[in-house]
Amino acid sequence: MTNGFSRAQVEAVAALANLELSDSEIELFAKQLGDILDYANQVQKIDTTGVPPTASVVTRHSADRADVVVASLDRTEALRNAPDASQQSGLFKVPRVIG
Amino acid sequence: MIGVGTLREVRDDVRAGRRKATDICEQVVARIKAVDGKLGAFNTVTAERALASAAAVDRHPERATLPLAGVPVALKDNLSTRGVRTTASSKILEHFVPPYDATVVTHLERAGAVIVGKTNCDEFAMGSSTENSAFGVTRNPWALDRIPGGSSGGSAAAVAAQITPLALGSDTGGSIRQPAAMCGIVGLKPTYGRVSRYGLLAFASSLDQIGPLTQTVEDAALALSAIAGLDAADATSAPEHVPDYAAGLNGDPPTLKIGVPRALLDEGVDAEVSAAFNSALEVLREHGARLVDVTLPYAGAAIPVYYLVATAEASSNLARYDGVRYGFRAAAARSAAQSGQTMHDDLRAMYGATRAQGFGPEVKRRIMLGTYVLSAGYYDAYYLKSQQVRTLIRQDYERAFEHVDVVAMPTSPIPAFKLGERLSDPLQMYLADVFTVSANLAGLPAISVPCGFTSANLPIGLQLIGRMFDETTLLAAAYAHERHTEWWKRHPTL
Repeated sequence: MTNGFSRAQVEAVAALANLELSDSEIELFAKQLGDILDYANQVQKIDTTGVPPTASVVTRHSADRADVVVASLDRTEALRNAPDASQQSGLFKVPRVIG
Repeated sequence: MIGVGTLREVRDDVRAGRRKATDICEQVVARIKAVDGKLGAFNTVTAERALASAAAVDRHPERATLPLAGVPVALKDNLSTRGVRTTASSKILEHFVPPYDATVVTHLERAGAVIVGKTNCDEFAMGSSTENSAFGVTRNPWALDRIPGGSSGGSAAAVAAQITPLALGSDTGGSIRQPAAMCGIVGLKPTYGRVSRYGLLAFASSLDQIGPLTQTVEDAALALSAIAGLDAADATSAPEHVPDYAAGLNGDPPTLKIGVPRALLDEGVDAEVSAAFNSALEVLREHGARLVDVTLPYAGAAIPVYYLVATAEASSNLARYDGVRYGFRAAAARSAAQSGQTMHDDLRAMYGATRAQGFGPEVKRRIMLGTYVLSAGYYDAYYLKSQQVRTLIRQDYERAFEHVDVVAMPTSPIPAFKLGERLSDPLQMYLADVFTVSANLAGLPAISVPCGFTSANLPIGLQLIGRMFDETTLLAAAYAHERHTEWWKRHPTL
């Protein structure tokens, strides 16, 4: 399916992942991701007609619980690790979103 | 005695008043100071907090009766500790101080254990050598020019070097078992859901599981009883009763049937690993176990399935590290010189730069692979397809367990390799996980125990894989091997 990865493909995936890559990283990942996917392509040969997917091995119980309000993380503590926050207003601060 | 002894010895001595928890704790802190410069097992040492909690064990008679009274424990640095920085060995979390404890940490402290520090690992547990850490490598106590295995390499090195009798690790594709094998100790990955993952920095949520690294099987059993159980904070934690696992260890199990997937072991296994594995099976057979051939037809697909599923989940889990909430934000590309404030062009540029500077190469590689696998047009061909093959791998084991109680194979096809030897070839590094990833894909419990040494004196591990939630039988089988061998009594000289 792959036969190598182009620079443009690597750049498109990096944009989806919010990851800035250097020129040398783009070069390296084009080769390495191509190699890894070529190897991984062996799964395509396996007949999976009618086989249900396993997203999780948890099958035996339901995780439902009563909808009860309980204490959660304190806002001051939640903001404490932020590189830029206003404790006073209780906000995470981020750079400009709209140009 | 160089170390403080096994978990059981420490616990029994503290309970009986023969040793004080504070003396044991001081001995551990002194040993970290003496040997960790050579090993690099610890990212953070919490000496003060440890001494305070040891003192509480000595002061309060009721704490000295607890199941892990005074037992020093090292935690992999991807387990959240309230007030103690938790980095996952990543620059992006270099200064992250969690506002809460992981559930396992709460369980350990309630059981009387004393947390002495946070151990080095591959960044976000992604790796098999502990070389992918932003804070330097950890060295194998048996050979300082070699890797300790990974990703829980710091935890394995700490136990092997007799610094602590217990360490916790996390295992997504072998990250507890493989370093345990390479460092000559016991490493247990419990059944998926057996131990709460709350407070574990997520790598691949459908595969991650926390477990103990110890010197003996009994110690692993004691630790598992302390940390297992249902937790309202982890919806995937299981309600199954938590037995006293150590109580199940008495003598040789009378009717143990061990499955051996011979076809898997023909290729790519180091000759000395193969010989040690066969001797281990012979030991078990001599003491009453029956060896049964089993086939796992889809086991050959486990590596590609694992790397497709795990990276897909990782790319999603690691999206949260974006420079907004957890400490590190990249300095701006351009700065407003006048005000002295730094500004990014916009939010997306800040995300991209923060993640570029905050993540190391292996994490970036996996985020890229996972993002691609989940992207439009490729989802069905890679992600869905691997989840279907994952079902076939589970069914392989279900069929095997109709005839046998545990399945045996080497933990790692090779002993510890030299630092740097495989860094430039990620695919080669991934292939070394061939025997460990399927237990994660199928959710099964699995243990690695010492079963020999190479001619260069490097440890070799035997892996046993058990039925879902049947850690009792798994531990009994591992214990049967341990009682009739002496490998576990060997310690490295530092």
